[in-house]
Amino acid sequence: MAEIEIKNLHKSFGDFVAVKKSNLIIENKEFFVLLGPSGCGKTTTLRMIAGLELPTSGNIYLDKEDVGYLRASQRDIAFVFQLFALYPHMNVRNNLAFPLKMQKLSRSEVDAKVLEAAKLLRIDHLLKSKVSSLAGGDRQRVALGRALVRRPKAFLMDEPLGTLDAEFRELMCLELRKLHDDIDATTVYVTHDQQEAMSMADRIAVMNEGVVLQADSPKVIYNKPKTKFVANFIGSPGMNFIPINEKISPSQSSIKLLDSSLNIPEQKEGTDSNENFLGVRPENLKLVSENGVKGNVFGVEYLGSRKILTIETQLGNIKIRVDSDTQVNINEQIQFDTLNNNQIIFDGSNDKALQSEFMS
Amino acid sequence: MDTSRSPLEATGFSRKLAATIIIVYMIVTLIPITWMVATSFKSVDSAISYPPEVFFEPSLEGYVNLFTNRSRQPKDYLDSLPPPDTWYEELVRSREMVITGPSKFLPRYSNSLIIGFGATFFSVFLGSLAAYALSRFKVPLKDDLLFFILSTRMFPPIAVAVPIFIMYRKLGLGDTHVGMIILYTVVNLSLSVWLLKGFMDEIPREYEEAAMIDGYSRMQAFFKVVLPQATTGIAATAIFCMIFSWNEYAFAVLLTQFNAQTAPPFIPTIIGEGGLDWPAIGAGTTLFLIPVMIFTVVLRKHLLRGITFGAVRK
Repeated sequence: MAEIEIKNLHKSFGDFVAVKKSNLIIENKEFFVLLGPSGCGKTTTLRMIAGLELPTSGNIYLDKEDVGYLRASQRDIAFVFQLFALYPHMNVRNNLAFPLKMQKLSRSEVDAKVLEAAKLLRIDHLLKSKVSSLAGGDRQRVALGRALVRRPKAFLMDEPLGTLDAEFRELMCLELRKLHDDIDATTVYVTHDQQEAMSMADRIAVMNEGVVLQADSPKVIYNKPKTKFVANFIGSPGMNFIPINEKISPSQSSIKLLDSSLNIPEQKEGTDSNENFLGVRPENLKLVSENGVKGNVFGVEYLGSRKILTIETQLGNIKIRVDSDTQVNINEQIQFDTLNNNQIIFDGSNDKALQSEFMS
Repeated sequence: MDTSRSPLEATGFSRKLAATIIIVYMIVTLIPITWMVATSFKSVDSAISYPPEVFFEPSLEGYVNLFTNRSRQPKDYLDSLPPPDTWYEELVRSREMVITGPSKFLPRYSNSLIIGFGATFFSVFLGSLAAYALSRFKVPLKDDLLFFILSTRMFPPIAVAVPIFIMYRKLGLGDTHVGMIILYTVVNLSLSVWLLKGFMDEIPREYEEAAMIDGYSRMQAFFKVVLPQATTGIAATAIFCMIFSWNEYAFAVLLTQFNAQTAPPFIPTIIGEGGLDWPAIGAGTTLFLIPVMIFTVVLRKHLLRGITFGAVRK
């Protein structure tokens, strides 16, 4: 298994820049997720690590060896495709054996390795089946088996659960993570689904428009997003952004919001801009009976264990997470306040989070 | 109202109509072929008798005449010969002739097989390589190139017969197997490239990418992963190429005479006593039909899928 390092990686297709000067280090045995909306460059990054695309500039190191411009076949990496790419003209056994056939192993060694991989994935009873007769989940397992059968240095997966139905996806998430731990793999996993990312990853890199915005553990990504985009993209619903029409100065610890003042974590950075944003997650707000920000209930989404209220205020629409037994009616006048001090100020000029007592 | 049937299913009437049309079409196509096969089993007299004989006494005279050269001999000479060893000698003697040697049919027939299958192989092989490249790589002026390839089919091949005739004479390719294989390959390539490119476009790139990550070169991935999935297209293309090369007449007349002459220009030259030997011609055409028929039947399950392949997005 291996460490993967990406240095100043850049890729452009004609005028379109897919990946902009990105840097990442993926540690040995790490489950690393590249997360972002479609077209953000996550798949291109993965394909460059695999050797399916060559970088325009920059380097990729696999165990300190520069592999950025090597052929895919020379990198000892496995790739799981979204559509599985199982060879339809071969049965399951031959699909699993296919990567081994280039390794000049004896027939019994190949058979042993195929059987070992098949047992690990619980598909050993399917070895003689045709690929076309398999169900989605089994196809997924065969695709994984083909990736791990030759024990490569790293696994790259491009939305491998994208075509499975929701129920099965959750199960496969668990299995994938367990498999990763069992074989001490280094995995780079691409997805646009934040739940998949949050549930499986050791670390997540959020990308947008070809730029890696933040690479951190799921908890840090969720609670302490470094940019407005990350804050909004992660969490459902995303973070609330309340416009603040004042300049923020270092060591400031309260801001004016309508006619009242609101305590914020002590700031360590200031802004030049007069238009900034207060970021607060829906679960860090609560309903109060007095001295809160006033608003009208605009919408109520019942989600079983909780409710998401959309409140129309003078500051714009704000979402609040409340217990599901909280009784509120549409158009009801309510007040709300912050629950804790987990607020983030985003610099309006560049959408970056300011350093504060909470953020550091 | 009968609701057990899906509204998309054909009604009883339209099924019957379809069946009738197919049967009528089948009869129209099969009558000439049946007549040809029947003629091959008639005697020379019965083949040209009027009104035509539908029921007749079968004879292998046509086939014997096809494979042999014969000469007419006076009766007393025939009587002086030892009795015939074989049934076909006996048949020929009964027509007051002796066999003087084998005819040119077998060499012409094997020329047809060599040139037909050779040209088909190269058309499909070169066509699939070109189609793959045009389907996967950034080729400069790709669209113009594809149009150029297509444009070679916009005039009948025979339109360039004169330059090809002169070229072949200068290059020493006239009346050679290699020359005919090259010619038929070139004529077929445009069809082959265009047909196969469509099939290659349908094969997701992930397959060869997966193979390349697993340690295979692009060429190996092409042969082990892409080609097996293009069998449908290859079968369909091979049939079209084979039918063209097998049936081609004009170039064969023009460019071949002795060494590399194929069956189509040879068969009509089979002349018997006092005119064309229709049973022998019938026999030649019947035998000529067989290889393409076998080839098509073997590949037909691919062909059927091949024609509709790509019409519906999977």
